Parts: sequence; C-alpha cells; structure tokens
Amino acid sequence: MVPLPYYLTLSAILFTTGVVGVLTRRNAIILFMSIELMLNSVNLTLVAFSAFLGDATGQMLVFFVIAVAAAEAGVGLAIVIALFRNKPTVNIDEINIMKW
Amino acid sequence: MQVNIDFVIFFVLAFGAVGTALLMITRRNPVISVLYLIVNFFFLAVLYLTLQAQFIAIIQILVYAGAIMVLFLFVIMLLNLGNEVQLREKLTVKKIFALGLCLVMGALLAFPLVSEIIQPAQIHAIRAKELGTVEAIGKILFTRMVFPFEVVSVLLLAAIVGAVVLAKKKFE
Repeated sequence: MVPLPYYLTLSAILFTTGVVGVLTRRNAIILFMSIELMLNSVNLTLVAFSAFLGDATGQMLVFFVIAVAAAEAGVGLAIVIALFRNKPTVNIDEINIMKW
Repeated sequence: MQVNIDFVIFFVLAFGAVGTALLMITRRNPVISVLYLIVNFFFLAVLYLTLQAQFIAIIQILVYAGAIMVLFLFVIMLLNLGNEVQLREKLTVKKIFALGLCLVMGALLAFPLVSEIIQPAQIHAIRAKELGTVEAIGKILFTRMVFPFEVVSVLLLAAIVGAVVLAKKKFE
C-alpha cells in the first residue's frame, strides 16, 4: 500500500488548486466549485489518516463534512439566484453596491 | 526495478485528480467546469476505495457527484449562463500575486510531506480492513455519533428552509 505522505501531498496540491480557483476566477459558480474542491481535499486527508491509524473517526468526520457541504452548496446557490434577480450577472466584480 | 502496482494505480489516480482539478478552474464555459469536477470526484472516489473506505466512496459519488453537481448544473441552466468572456486578457497584477501566494502556500503545505517521502520516518501503519464497511460506519454513527447525526439533520432542515426563502419570489 502507498505510504501516507503521498496521499497528504496529493491533498495539499488539490487544496492549493482550489485556493487558486477561489482567488483567480470571477464567476460565482466556479468559486463555489473551487470551495467544494477544497473540501474534497480535506476529505481525502481525513480518509487517509483514518486508514493509516485504524480509527473510524476520520471517516465519520468525512460523512459530516459531505453533509455540511451539501447544505452550504444549496444555500450558496440560492444566494446566487437571489443576487441574479437584482443584477443579471454572476461576475463577483460587478456586485459592488456596498463598496464605499 | 520492481514497480509496485499500488504506486502505479495511485499515480494514475493522482494525476487524473490534479489534472481535472486544474482543467476545472481554467475553463470558460461553466458547464464544462462542472463536468471536469464530476470526473475529479470520480477519481477521488477510487482513491477512497484504495484506502478501503467503501462507504465514503459510494457516498461521494451519490451525494457529491450525483446531487450537489446536478444542483450546480440546474443553477447554471436556470440562470442561462453563457461562456465567460475575457478570461485571457485579465491577467492582472492581482492575479499574478494571488498565484504566487498560492504557490508559496502549496510549498509550505507539501514540504514536510515531500521530505517525508524522500526520507521516510519509521511509522508503523495500522490498517484495519473492516473500518470502511457500512456495518462499521453504522455502528459508530448510531452509538457514539448519534448527537452530531441528529444535529446534521437539523442543519439540513435549516438549509432547506434558507434556500427556499432566499430563492422564492417576493411577497406582493
């Protein structure tokens, strides 16, 4: 079996990719998807540690992280839809009416 | 040199996951990005299978790729989003700075792990093969973790109510 640091490095690379997506893209939908990618990288870390330490707590936390991510995606997309009603754009640079 | 089949499988899956993730954040069409992310989730699910977490792998495919990504597709098609214009021209100083910072962060995250790969410490890896089954997860979920389980159900209820309130039409 592949040793643990390989899985953790892969998770770090995926997390960095998610952060690049969040910081670089201006489309709100791509932003949410990059956040989901970051959550998935953390899930990979948890499952890897759970397998290598023989403790099921990691997999339980992954279960709850997936549930929370589902709830957050639903509410976040509802916010995007509500924003789209006022101004027909998903470009987050153009949503700046609270800027002083 | 004897090449272990585990490493081959791991590197194929790892390159697939990282490649589809990079493709996801660089496409102009949001629907194509969603499809690349779904493929990324499938690669991750197979990685969970190599870590003997069968339940989590199936839940990943069912919930993440099957429900959350479909919700994203519904929203994209509801808002009728076209291709994003101006993806190439906007390589501003802000973006280059953000990319540089992310590379630093990635190096910080990956450095102790890469040094571990090059010079591995002697860790006794305990691997329990019975951890990932549905029975083992269910046993823990309904005894030790019953309180977070019920709280998550309340959280999902709050999310449903919130999504409906936010997305419905205004009162007249």
